[in-house]
Amino acid sequence: MDNVTPRVRVPKTASAGEAILIKTLISHPMESGQRKDSDGNIIPREIINRFTCDFNGQNVVDVKMEPAISTNPYLEFQATVPESGTFTFTWYDDDGSVYTDTKDIAVG
Amino acid sequence: MTRTTSKGVISAAMLSVLASTAGAEIGDKLVVNGDLELTVEAPAPAFMADTGIKTIYSGWLFRDPDTQKIEMDDFDNPGMLYVDQGAEMWNTPAGTSNKSCADCHGDATETMAGVRATYPKWNEAAGVVRSLQGQIEFCRTEHQGAEPWKYAKAEINAMEAFISMQSRGMPVNVAIDGPAQSTWEQGREIYYTRYGQLELSCANCHEQNYDHYIRSDHLSQGQINGFPVYRLKDTQLTTASGRFVGCVRDTRAETFKADSAEFTALELYVASRGNGLSVEGVSVRH
Amino acid sequence: MTYTRRTTFKLAFGATVLAALPFSARADAAEDAIAAFTGGATPGTEGITLTAPEIAENGNTVPIDVAAPGAVSILLLATGNPVPDAATFSFGPLAAAQAASTRIRLAKTQTVVAIAKMPDGSFVQASQEVKVTIGGCGG
Repeated sequence: MDNVTPRVRVPKTASAGEAILIKTLISHPMESGQRKDSDGNIIPREIINRFTCDFNGQNVVDVKMEPAISTNPYLEFQATVPESGTFTFTWYDDDGSVYTDTKDIAVG
Repeated sequence: MTRTTSKGVISAAMLSVLASTAGAEIGDKLVVNGDLELTVEAPAPAFMADTGIKTIYSGWLFRDPDTQKIEMDDFDNPGMLYVDQGAEMWNTPAGTSNKSCADCHGDATETMAGVRATYPKWNEAAGVVRSLQGQIEFCRTEHQGAEPWKYAKAEINAMEAFISMQSRGMPVNVAIDGPAQSTWEQGREIYYTRYGQLELSCANCHEQNYDHYIRSDHLSQGQINGFPVYRLKDTQLTTASGRFVGCVRDTRAETFKADSAEFTALELYVASRGNGLSVEGVSVRH
Repeated sequence: MTYTRRTTFKLAFGATVLAALPFSARADAAEDAIAAFTGGATPGTEGITLTAPEIAENGNTVPIDVAAPGAVSILLLATGNPVPDAATFSFGPLAAAQAASTRIRLAKTQTVVAIAKMPDGSFVQASQEVKVTIGGCGG
């Protein structure tokens, strides 16, 4: 769907092996499939159903998301950073859209 | 102001709308991103001398800690999604002029600083008091030659949020005298008028019963310094005028329209009751 | 919509009974979701924390934290929702903690449950009731 904007907060630097806090937020209605429109028809479900975070190809977290997740989904978790590299964040939409964001982090 | 969530306080409050919340923690600090302290408590403006309110409080103080916390970090605050959208729109050409806001107004961090704090505001050329959204619409239709946005709806709310952020931390300072005075007086009249089948005025809840509970809802002073607000209930931005529509509707009345002269007047009056509180940019409420 | 095989079975063969007993059907949905995750094992209660507000000002956006050190995955359930599953967090090798925070919708006052699957195949569970308040004027 259009107008979906991911926001990610990752520190720019870390020491090797440090645990860092990552926050993610993405603009998305997370239409639950439980609501009705003004004519009484069920509004079809359309949610982000999966989120993944990887670092240099290794997985940090893989989240299966259901309609109970609030509009503009927010996720917070911790990652270990073994070396300098790139975090890849991926959100999967029911409609087949995939939204990604990346963040580099320097270990020094 | 209390934001006590202990069972005792809540259940006592449920027994009576007039239950007082003893043990109020007045003076909590709203610090955003760990470094920007916003004024959430200030002496009431002089004209409020006969209201019984000596101190004005941001609605932030009346919320539960979980809700308060979301406004204390711009990343946690989902309202910032719309600020980002507004920033993009600021730089996007529109209408027959093919001009963006930036083409005339340049860098919003400079040109829009302080703007939100003084709206609604008398417009000499038009001879009316304009809300910030009214002014945005004027720019859009008259200067950009674009179709107007729908007042108090997604696009214009995002633009208002972006502009409002440029005044974050500045004290609300709307003018109530001079040419704005008659509009301000109209707003005051509306504030004290009972509407709907419930026969409730703004003052009944937000002047006479703030800090009490209406069912499980902790009544604030109805300040609008925090607007536009990201409402956790609606999971989108709500403007002051949009909130007025909701409030008056909830009294079971036919409401004025969000862009009506009446609600612009009310917005000026209610804003003036918050003169001295910080513009919060985009606040978070329940 | 996510149905476990068990609920699909029930929907196919027990639709009439379910229609007549909506409340027990809903309780079953949460139980089924748990059973699907645990395979019927009885979870322990140590080594998992679930943090949620005792009272949520609004049920549309309720902050939830879960943590289960060493867990392979954590299932989060809103047992009183039409669809009880809320999220499943699976932790990879670079997770610094088997913990996560999110914001969920609660349709009404209900019990929120978190169940963690541990590397040895055992399960631990924590739960908390969250009261969802109703606004002042029908809002």
